[in-house]
Amino acid sequence: MGFRQRMGRWDVKVSPYLYISPFFILFAVVGAFPLLYTAFVSVHEWNLLGGQGEFVGLTNYRDVFAQPTFLKAIGNTFSIFALSSVPQVIAALALAAVLNANLRAKTFWRMGVLLPFIVAPVAVGLIFGRLFADDSGLVNALLTQIGMEPLGWHSDRLTSHIAIATMVNFRWTGYNTLIFLAAMQAVPQELYEAAIIDGAGRLRQFFSVTVPQLRPTIIFVIITATIGGLQIFDEPRLFDDQGLGGPSRNWMTVAMYMYDVGWGNQKNFGRAAAIAWLLFLLIIVVALVNFLVSRRIATSDSPRGAARLLARGSGDAGRTPTAGATGPTTSSKET
Amino acid sequence: MRRRTRALVATAGLCGLALTAACGGGDAGSGETGSTTDGGSGDGEQITLMVATFNDFGYTEELLAQYSEEHPNIVVEHVLAARAEDARANLTTNLASGGEGLSDIEAIEVDWLAELLQYPDYFTDLSDPAVEGRWLESKVAAATTEDGRLLGYGTDVGPQAICYRSDLFAAAGLPTDRAEVAELLGGADATWDDYFEVGRQFVGASDSAWYDSAVSIYQGMINQVEFAYEEGDGTPVGLTNPEVREAYDAVLTASTDDGLSAGFEQWQEDWTAGFQNNAFATMLCPAWMQGPIAGNAAEVEGWDIADVFPGGGGNWGGSYLTVPAGGEHVEEAQALAEWLTSPEIQVQAFGNAGTFPSQVDAYENPDLTGATNEFFNDAPVGEIFASRSLAVDELGFLPYKGPNYFAIHQTVQDAILRVDVTGEQNAEDSWAAAEQAVADLGL
Repeated sequence: MGFRQRMGRWDVKVSPYLYISPFFILFAVVGAFPLLYTAFVSVHEWNLLGGQGEFVGLTNYRDVFAQPTFLKAIGNTFSIFALSSVPQVIAALALAAVLNANLRAKTFWRMGVLLPFIVAPVAVGLIFGRLFADDSGLVNALLTQIGMEPLGWHSDRLTSHIAIATMVNFRWTGYNTLIFLAAMQAVPQELYEAAIIDGAGRLRQFFSVTVPQLRPTIIFVIITATIGGLQIFDEPRLFDDQGLGGPSRNWMTVAMYMYDVGWGNQKNFGRAAAIAWLLFLLIIVVALVNFLVSRRIATSDSPRGAARLLARGSGDAGRTPTAGATGPTTSSKET
Repeated sequence: MRRRTRALVATAGLCGLALTAACGGGDAGSGETGSTTDGGSGDGEQITLMVATFNDFGYTEELLAQYSEEHPNIVVEHVLAARAEDARANLTTNLASGGEGLSDIEAIEVDWLAELLQYPDYFTDLSDPAVEGRWLESKVAAATTEDGRLLGYGTDVGPQAICYRSDLFAAAGLPTDRAEVAELLGGADATWDDYFEVGRQFVGASDSAWYDSAVSIYQGMINQVEFAYEEGDGTPVGLTNPEVREAYDAVLTASTDDGLSAGFEQWQEDWTAGFQNNAFATMLCPAWMQGPIAGNAAEVEGWDIADVFPGGGGNWGGSYLTVPAGGEHVEEAQALAEWLTSPEIQVQAFGNAGTFPSQVDAYENPDLTGATNEFFNDAPVGEIFASRSLAVDELGFLPYKGPNYFAIHQTVQDAILRVDVTGEQNAEDSWAAAEQAVADLGL
């Protein structure tokens, strides 16, 4: 076999790997290495300034679990997550459906929903901090105007979560709307035509055609919302001046707790690393659960909805449900 | 089969996304380093020295240019962080990662000393016979290690006086002149009991509260306790010190039972708004607080400053300049730090930003003693704070703030906030919660 031939073979065999290697090299440097290094730190005594200490095995993990603040932080994180993600995804879907309709000045409205997203989180924090001030805030002033009792936005656990979730929703709803909108525009028009012929109204079209077609996108949005929601840091940290979740740690999230342990008064890097790893595992578990649940909800919908409509509607469009499932949006979103 | 692989791919993608969660822990702090120039050591002639400060030290371009005039081979570059916390995160993270990217001179706040003193090798020992006696004794002692190394040159201090609203005083039938007010609060022998007693008289005759926040009063009291939460060798004692409990009880009795507190947390929105609503009549007032009060209370007339402080002197805040040991131009940096913290320059900085000098000689400088503040009814602030500064030294000891001070202090502070601001708990339950929080620290 000649050299040229051998090179040719190699080219075919090796070069595809070469082409995809930048991602994996980059991932190894900025993803895998910090991840493993954090695991290494978490099994040592480690002070931010003092550096590496003794190997302590899983002591840091045990210590973290023994802290009531950690469990409280997990509770807060889930509560804020639920209060923000659920309304956010629903609102984003509804908004996207409206924006997908034939509006005048389309671009204006579409840019409008994205505007909150490009506002710096610190600015959002400052503005909402003012709105939700207990005595002097606008929200409480409005509540008093309509005859309600002012709420203790910084003193009650649940109300503080609602206030923070509002900030999160303000910032992220528009972003998710745009993703949904992009996916909606990729839904084949003939599906709607078939549905109309079958006598489906607007609402029925939305639930039986649009939503099932958006399944991969919904899964993507739910998973990113989960990851972002469980890592939430900026908004609760900016909710008061100390950034520790209030005197009772009522709105301290896991990420804030990690920061406080590592960079606050304790400077305990070992424990902070342990918290980081626990948070990582927690996110994987929750994201998997979300993935399975959201997949089920969406699939149980489609046979009753679009697929059946289509099977009756036109033989030609019969292949689209499967095509829709792998969807045009899947590849670009999951990277 | 197809399904399966898709699920797998999705799971892998999800892990990839989730990675950022854990990765955030490892490298979140490695952000800005602020170093744009590299000492310029090439020819051994032109040297650039970086000075990193935060908030406003009063080091203006013109002030720094004076140094270049005297030392033509040195260019001074100023790296400014907006908030002390940002500077702190930058400093600690860079120290931890080997000192790359630190400036030649790094400013630190007095509150960070406890943790930095544990690792003195990160810094150049600045002790030098030439600067002995330059500062207040307490200022130097706080930055000196047990074996006599000096980690930083003092810049400013935060001697506390009492700021008050003379118009609200007048309406409540109290004297308004600053000398009379100082006398009313007990003059040179003022105690916290005097302060609370006058407060009870005041709230009996006024709609406003006596002071802004219980935490700040507690802070003023605990800064007069030599060993609050730790023994002299750094052993934490938790909340067992009876003086801590006494201060806690005194503050909360005055704040809630007697209604002296406006129930704010300092720096919060409601506190800021309180300045405009006549919410409170007095404040503990370190020299640097003049700026925030004048800003928050813009258009409000009647603020004044009395040369008095309950329980003797009290210091809140103040900074130092350190020279990280790993720098390229340690000697030149030390010389610059010495110059920047000289009495003359610090008086200039006071003129620029109101940072009150920690240098004893500055207190005789006419530029300082003659200084007045228009917003505070032209109070002779130079004179008042110089007198307050000396009172801090007269206290005879420094509150010891060891490595665990702030962690324990935080628990008491939270306990007071729960009673004074959010009203979630009564004093007794909140104290129990603080004890639990100290236990959770696992010291």
